[in-house]
Amino acid sequence: MTLETTHLQQPGSKTELFIAFTLLALQGVGGVLTVAQRELVERRKWMTNQQFVEEWSVAQVMPGPNVVNLGLMLGGKYFGMAGAAAAVSGLLIAPLILVLGLAILFGGVSDNPMAQGALKGMGAVSAGLIIATGIKLSSSLRQNPMGLGTAWLLALAAFVMVGILRLPLAWALLGLGLLGCGLAFRALSQTKSKEKNS
Amino acid sequence: MIHAITLTPYDWLDLFTHFALLSLLSVGGTITAAPEMHRFLVDEKHWLSDASFSSSIALAQSSPGPNVLFVALIGWHIGLNAGGGLGGGILAWSLGMLGILITMTGIMLPSSVLTYVATKWAHDNRNFLSVRSFKSGMAPLVIGLLVSTGWVLLGAHNNITQDWRLWLLAGGAVIMILRTSVHILWLMAAGAAFGALGWL
Repeated sequence: MTLETTHLQQPGSKTELFIAFTLLALQGVGGVLTVAQRELVERRKWMTNQQFVEEWSVAQVMPGPNVVNLGLMLGGKYFGMAGAAAAVSGLLIAPLILVLGLAILFGGVSDNPMAQGALKGMGAVSAGLIIATGIKLSSSLRQNPMGLGTAWLLALAAFVMVGILRLPLAWALLGLGLLGCGLAFRALSQTKSKEKNS
Repeated sequence: MIHAITLTPYDWLDLFTHFALLSLLSVGGTITAAPEMHRFLVDEKHWLSDASFSSSIALAQSSPGPNVLFVALIGWHIGLNAGGGLGGGILAWSLGMLGILITMTGIMLPSSVLTYVATKWAHDNRNFLSVRSFKSGMAPLVIGLLVSTGWVLLGAHNNITQDWRLWLLAGGAVIMILRTSVHILWLMAAGAAFGALGWL
């Protein structure tokens, strides 16, 4: 890692951060993760692969959009609050103008049955994409300290509460979240004390 | 498709506080809060039609940038509805912009402040056991909520005899994403084509 770290570069200015994150956002349709890794690690060399994975998992755990959180953390690391603002506005401004343009164009033809059909189809596909992302991520539950069975039960319970029963999200997050964190804490401290004893 | 509504200043405040609360709850990405937004905006308040809600997500997903922009489109549609639709002129456009400002500030500000402060703190303190417990404990929920989101988006119509084609299409998309490396835009284009041809 030391060898890798010596080759690392840094953004020279807040403008460079802004531009880097604008370009990153404009390339990311659906999944920004792959684009972020390619831009930040391989092309700009602002972080190593390992650093990227670590930062990304924290960005994922914190509330809010993952890539926005990553921008906040990275921008904040180099230029403090102003850097975080530069990265986040880079991520949001250009894509916002673009998507709003699309929405207005669509709004003009939204009474047209063909446009309605097309959007219905895109809606079904995007629902499929979200479900597929959930399935992809579920393979990571195998490494969960609580054990695969417990982790699956929690995931299933969250799905039943929010997807099927349509209960408010806060109930699931507070109830199941506290339970999950508690179980994970117990499992992790048990492995830690085992390591100490052996 | 005009869905006219009236919003008092109190309603706008209600919208803001609801999104600000959801901001802190949206662990694993803003999209995990979509079922709750649907429940609040479409089912409870009737500020937004089901079609506008789904189209906001579909458009934001097929456009480049973070998926959180679907929230901006939701705000835009609510503002437009309050101003009498796209034909409502300056008033509708300004209310649409106000909607974007309110929903985006609400959904972004609290989580961003929390992330900024907490990651600085975690970096300085590196309390690994509690950080790792939080991460592992939340992981199953993030997955369950993602699948719920897809489910709510699909099941919104609640009519199996009519909707089986939509389910088939979504199932096809799931398989294509998991089994192939086809670009998301092609899947979106295929979905749009099926829909435009009237097959759905």
